[in-house]
Amino acid sequence: MRKVWDIHGGVHPPENKEQSNQLAITSAGIPDQLVFPLSQHIGTPAAPIVAVGQKVLKGEIIAEAKGFVSVPVHASTSGEVIAIEQRNIAHPSGMAAPCIVIQADGKDEWIEHSGIEDYTAVDKAELLNRIRQAGIAGMGGAGFPSAVKLGTRDDQVIETLIFNGTECEPYITADDMLMRERAEEIIAGAKILKHLVKPTKETIIGVEDNKPEGIAALEKAAQGSGIEIVSFPTKYPSGGEKQLIQILTGKEVPSGGLPAQVGIVCQNLGTTVAIYRAIQFGEPLISRITTVTGEACEQNRNYEVLLGSPISHLLELSGYQQKKASRLIMGGPMMGFTLHSETVPVVKTTNCIMAPSAKEIPPPTPAQACIRCGMCAEACPVSLLPQQMYWFARGKEYEKLEAHNLMDCIECGACSYACPSNIPLVQYYRASKADIRQQKQDAIKAEQSKVRFEARQERIERQEAEKEAKRKARKAAAEARAAGNAEAGKVDAVQAAVERAKAKKAATDPAQVAAETAADPAPNGDAAKDAIARALAKREAASSMTDEERLLNAVKALGKRLDKTREKLATAQAEGSDTVEILTETLAKLEIKLVDAKQAYDDHQQKN
Amino acid sequence: MIELITQQPFVSAIIALVILGVPFGALLGFAAVKFKTEGDPIADQVEALLPQTQCGQCSYPGCRPYAEAIANGEAINKCPPGGETTIHALADLLDVEAVPLDEEHGEENIKTVAFVREDECIGCTKCIQACPVDAILGAAKQMHTIIASECTGCDLCVEPCPVDCIDMLPIETTVQTWSWDLPKPAEVIATDKNSGDEVAA
Repeated sequence: MRKVWDIHGGVHPPENKEQSNQLAITSAGIPDQLVFPLSQHIGTPAAPIVAVGQKVLKGEIIAEAKGFVSVPVHASTSGEVIAIEQRNIAHPSGMAAPCIVIQADGKDEWIEHSGIEDYTAVDKAELLNRIRQAGIAGMGGAGFPSAVKLGTRDDQVIETLIFNGTECEPYITADDMLMRERAEEIIAGAKILKHLVKPTKETIIGVEDNKPEGIAALEKAAQGSGIEIVSFPTKYPSGGEKQLIQILTGKEVPSGGLPAQVGIVCQNLGTTVAIYRAIQFGEPLISRITTVTGEACEQNRNYEVLLGSPISHLLELSGYQQKKASRLIMGGPMMGFTLHSETVPVVKTTNCIMAPSAKEIPPPTPAQACIRCGMCAEACPVSLLPQQMYWFARGKEYEKLEAHNLMDCIECGACSYACPSNIPLVQYYRASKADIRQQKQDAIKAEQSKVRFEARQERIERQEAEKEAKRKARKAAAEARAAGNAEAGKVDAVQAAVERAKAKKAATDPAQVAAETAADPAPNGDAAKDAIARALAKREAASSMTDEERLLNAVKALGKRLDKTREKLATAQAEGSDTVEILTETLAKLEIKLVDAKQAYDDHQQKN
Repeated sequence: MIELITQQPFVSAIIALVILGVPFGALLGFAAVKFKTEGDPIADQVEALLPQTQCGQCSYPGCRPYAEAIANGEAINKCPPGGETTIHALADLLDVEAVPLDEEHGEENIKTVAFVREDECIGCTKCIQACPVDAILGAAKQMHTIIASECTGCDLCVEPCPVDCIDMLPIETTVQTWSWDLPKPAEVIATDKNSGDEVAA
């Protein structure tokens, strides 16, 4: 007998499995209409590749995988696509999502398909591609694309391959019946996966000890295959992937990590059979085993049901009495959710439809105050502190929740089950987890916006600076041009001087000079000449003037200059030119000078 | 020396303190220069809590200026996109009283995303210039469109549009974005009907 480990906590709810495991699996037949949600798995929803009115065959791809973490959707029977629209799907929100609707033609005509005769001769990538193209996603509940899960990196050594036949949730018997009736297929699938994953140590099928018939069937089928069937005590939730790994190997998957990190790959039994059929016969995932149970159904049993069948079809087969039912649940009583409509279709992850009576599963009793009894902490299979997290969740203290490892919660509901005050603890964690995820996404978005905003700011500044630089360059160019003109003026003056010298030399021939001057008029030179002449005249006049006259002249001249400057300032101000400041300064200086000059004149007159 | 201390205790105490004070003062001065903090750490922390919509509803031209203003004592309740959550976070950070949102700067609305009615767009590029995060794509006399994943829902593009072809649409919940609500607080009276639609426990 192999050693098995125990997990912390756990609860023992009534199993209620005998109602549905008495009758053999039977086919649910073909409903009139089938609805295929585009998102039946975790990851990007598939994209439709059929058009309304198109005829499709059984097993034909109607929506293809988008991206890496995605799987295609196949038609589960032959018929005609009658709509691609929003339909109610099995989701706790009761919301609608894009679906492809097919009207069955009843012929159930298969598309051409073929399996691989010897899978050992085919390489891993091809096998994984087959699994992906067959639309296989984890059928235990989460719906994670199997090809992604099995596509372990080459540098990761997988020691143990585990098949999960636990089915710890009460009422559900889909995997139990699968083991009893199709043990050979399970083992055949297990062999394929063993070949694919190549576990270095062992391959185990873990089954709870409340399924002795299933264990017996598996043991018989597994003889000589090297696959070990391990049974362990029944306890909820031993079927959680991380819990099962701990029970069978004693290893704990690190927080936030994947089983592959500790050298383990885990697969559901239904998925294993689907992989077997996909490889051996080339059949995509188009049907699954679903338990229909609950007191509101006359006949509780398992059906092999085509994906896309509305659950009303299954309920009808089971003799469902609406009057008796308190509600409809998809999944089990612990982790399932209430359905808002009977029209929702069966999808890849639908392991159970429950129609319980009010007596069987009464509406939740009102929650009472937490008495801090600690039973939730005892029940938690992940060794968290549910009671503490309950208070933090109510106070929306997300940082503290994360510090208490809320993200490791598997949402099994053991805490809610154990709570004597009927507090729906797991609901608080679900809501808080969603809020935390949302906050993180918002933070990422905010960061992104900030980066974009700053980039834009920078760009605007750069453009502004470029404009400024261009403006300055233009200004500089203009100034250079002006300076160039002045330079030209100087050159003219020099030329004029040369001219004058020539004139002096050629004084003997005044007519020629006059002709030259007329032919080559040098206005600058003339002006300079005039100015010099005027200045000389003034100096002569001044030297002949008395002191009194000189002073008076100075006052008059200053007065004139002052007037001129005032005029210039007025025009400069009117034009808003940048010479205003200089002119104002000059004006002030002139005024001072004028006052001084007047003072000097007055003093002079007083002396005389 | 001892004589001096005994005879002039007051003076010697002052001398001793000055002798101690000078090197320590120098040490502190050196540390202040050597370990000078770059930028404004409080404004940085505040900015990290703001939603970065860059909407300007706080009357500052962007989240960074408002963060700097908060660091200098501006009220913390002027950010409608952040709403109560941001106010509480800021109150926690700055250790001040959390105050209700200042209605003057707008109400806390559901999240929206801008949408250009493309057949009505005349290609004037005015909204492109208004967008603080460059989330509008288009060129002069060409149709414009919003890059929805980059849009912060700030509303700034609606006003400049001369033909009013920009709508602010609420972001719809899809099956992918839906999440559970927190359970309603416990009913004290057992006969009060509890809102039922939860998971069977």
